[in-house]
Amino acid sequence: MNFDFSDDQKQLRDQARKFLAEKCPPKAVRVVLDGKETYDRALWKGFAEMGFLGVAIPEEYGGAGAGHLELCVIAEEVGRALAPVPFSSTVYLAAEALMLAGSDAQKQTWLPKIASGETIGTLALFEGTGNPSPKAIKLAAANGVLNGTKKPVADGAIADLIIVAARTASTGRDSDISLFLVDAKAGGVEAKALTNLDPTRGQAELTFTNCKAEPLGTAGEGWSIISQVLDRAAVLTAFEQVGGSDRALEMGRDYALDRIAFGRPIGSFQAVKHMLADMYVSATLARSNAYYGAWALSTNAPELPEAAASARISATQAYQHCGKNNIQVHGGMGFTWEFDCHMYYRRANALALGLGSLSYWEDQLIDRMRKRNAA
Amino acid sequence: MNFDDTPQEAAFRETARAWVAANAPKELEDELASSSLGRIRLKHADIVEVGKAWQKKKADAGWACLHWPKEYGGRGATPIERVIWQQEEGVYGKLTQPFQIGEGMCGPTVMAYGSEEHKRRYLPKLASGEEIWCQLFSEPAGGSDVAGLRTRAEKRGDNWVINGQKIWTSGAHYSDYGLLITRTDPNVPKHKGLTMFFLDMKSPGVEVRPIKQANGMQEFNEVYFTDVVIPDSQRLGAVGDGWNVSLTTLMNERMSIGARLATGFPVMFEFCANLMTESGLAIEDRATRSKLASWAVKASGLKYTSYRAISALSKGERPGPENSIGKLVAGVMLQDIATYAMDLEGAAGVLTGADEEVTQGQFQQMLLTSPSMRIAGGTDEILRNIIAERVLGLPGDIRVDKDVPFNKVPTKGRS
Repeated sequence: MNFDFSDDQKQLRDQARKFLAEKCPPKAVRVVLDGKETYDRALWKGFAEMGFLGVAIPEEYGGAGAGHLELCVIAEEVGRALAPVPFSSTVYLAAEALMLAGSDAQKQTWLPKIASGETIGTLALFEGTGNPSPKAIKLAAANGVLNGTKKPVADGAIADLIIVAARTASTGRDSDISLFLVDAKAGGVEAKALTNLDPTRGQAELTFTNCKAEPLGTAGEGWSIISQVLDRAAVLTAFEQVGGSDRALEMGRDYALDRIAFGRPIGSFQAVKHMLADMYVSATLARSNAYYGAWALSTNAPELPEAAASARISATQAYQHCGKNNIQVHGGMGFTWEFDCHMYYRRANALALGLGSLSYWEDQLIDRMRKRNAA
Repeated sequence: MNFDDTPQEAAFRETARAWVAANAPKELEDELASSSLGRIRLKHADIVEVGKAWQKKKADAGWACLHWPKEYGGRGATPIERVIWQQEEGVYGKLTQPFQIGEGMCGPTVMAYGSEEHKRRYLPKLASGEEIWCQLFSEPAGGSDVAGLRTRAEKRGDNWVINGQKIWTSGAHYSDYGLLITRTDPNVPKHKGLTMFFLDMKSPGVEVRPIKQANGMQEFNEVYFTDVVIPDSQRLGAVGDGWNVSLTTLMNERMSIGARLATGFPVMFEFCANLMTESGLAIEDRATRSKLASWAVKASGLKYTSYRAISALSKGERPGPENSIGKLVAGVMLQDIATYAMDLEGAAGVLTGADEEVTQGQFQQMLLTSPSMRIAGGTDEILRNIIAERVLGLPGDIRVDKDVPFNKVPTKGRS
């Protein structure tokens, strides 16, 4: 058994951490946070040059062909640094959907452009309040055009490539849903940026009006593809969350060592120590569950759906826990705009919702465990 | 990242599996499998007796304490082989309960500080279960504050004379030997005046009294020492170095990875999957699903955390401190699971034993026993201190007694 990343993968992680420490300090994140930019273009270009965008894309489609374990270690660093780039929507959602369901021509067209940073992609799934469900999809596809509205769509206002979940029948079954691929530059889709918890990652409303679209994957298999994409994205996002949890814990720890009150470092008080110890416990459980998810993802194991749900729940809980208690350790200063704590708090809570909320994944996990037990 | 055995590991697993299949007491399999928490009590057999038979059989075939050197009763196995053995031993591993303190804590301390003669005399019999060891550390005045212990050892010629009292000693009533930490110098600060010994539990002046616990069972003991004589040759480590020696013991406790930590989750999942409530199966209920999911990821998180530690071991690295989270997570979880299972049963949840129809009182027993899981072997609070200080590098508590001679440390609060 070797339940750890390889030396090469760890080296890649160090490389990514160094790169992000230099190119993505909190100051850079704040440029997007303050609304001066929609995302960090220079950093995005750097991601492409470093090969981060195409790390799991096969070489024949312009990627590095390394694999998902490599993508996991990069995701952790992206999360740790709060990188304000459309990495998750482009790489975990759009690229994964293309790799799972795209025709060779579609892959040839889009994957090299994703790897090179030329194309920003996303998945347009949600239509207002509610968790992922085929029933919630009203946007209609007929005669090669789409009509309807999607919101929220992560990075929807800056996306060039939109993968859209659309209704192609109304039988009440999962097979009512099909996937389509939309080139945003071709017209027919209007984007409106929405305000959101975490302005370092944009959200948008997309309105499709007789928008030309080409099918992605077999008609009627949209929901099955989405489920697989969400599982994959859940594992990758878990690594972002693990990276963020660790950083929030470190910030709390460092502050507890520096801050003196009542004549001693506040980190010497058990109330503070125990809060930080509990954060460490959550972060450790989340990391271990994420590793299992990484293994299942990289080997495409039958355990992936259950492992992905576990990784998702554990990482969501850990990041929310570490994010809020980091502020608590900082006291009043943690509630200022000036301190970085709120950026982690925002990201933690935004990531908790993006792929479907905790309660959705709890349901998924229990259903999947029951299925396994019944088998 | 993979879960596959190397060819050598696979061959080792095959050998272990075949041996277990041919030798295990299969008549106990179901009973062992269904016991999920705390001391095992078998219906028709005494756990110590059955355990000794299994341990001896294992030792004769080279499957006892297999990570120990051969000359001390082990097999010289690698850490990963030890884990494979534990996996293959499966439910029968529960039979080793009476030997775990000896194997996990006393043995390694003797190995680190005992003379060659001691090691050859005591370790093989400890490994084979022929002689059981207990650990005499906690005292009425020193639980979490172990170094606050007061049991005195005074030098008389080549011997030491022991007077005092220990408490919470598991298995003292069936143990042959004990690892004993004492105070040899009360005039120096508390950590500096301690010395470690081992002794024959049948020595004159040793009296073992069982403690009736809050859950009605009797598993722990008080041990009284009245002028008990221990030869100086049974001292482990230097006079006054007992604290450092005890750290070896405690470190080994935390290193004993792959240890089977019950979380209560598998039984709870089964329970919820089958329990019919007024509004349908418990597992269909949103609130119940949410709780189950949270427990599920804690249980899997602990499992994969131990896999990470095993991987580190197999690469020859020291396992990181991640493993210290195990008991902290599992203890609270058992208590929460028990409470919620009973909540689902409604008024009938108050019944215990065979009078409780669904699980014959399993969760009620878990409720009553779980407080000890949060205390024994380091309270939740001590474990959090350990994580905060040793893992996160936060400052130690301010210790008002640290530099004070032990006999000047206050012993009472209000009075």
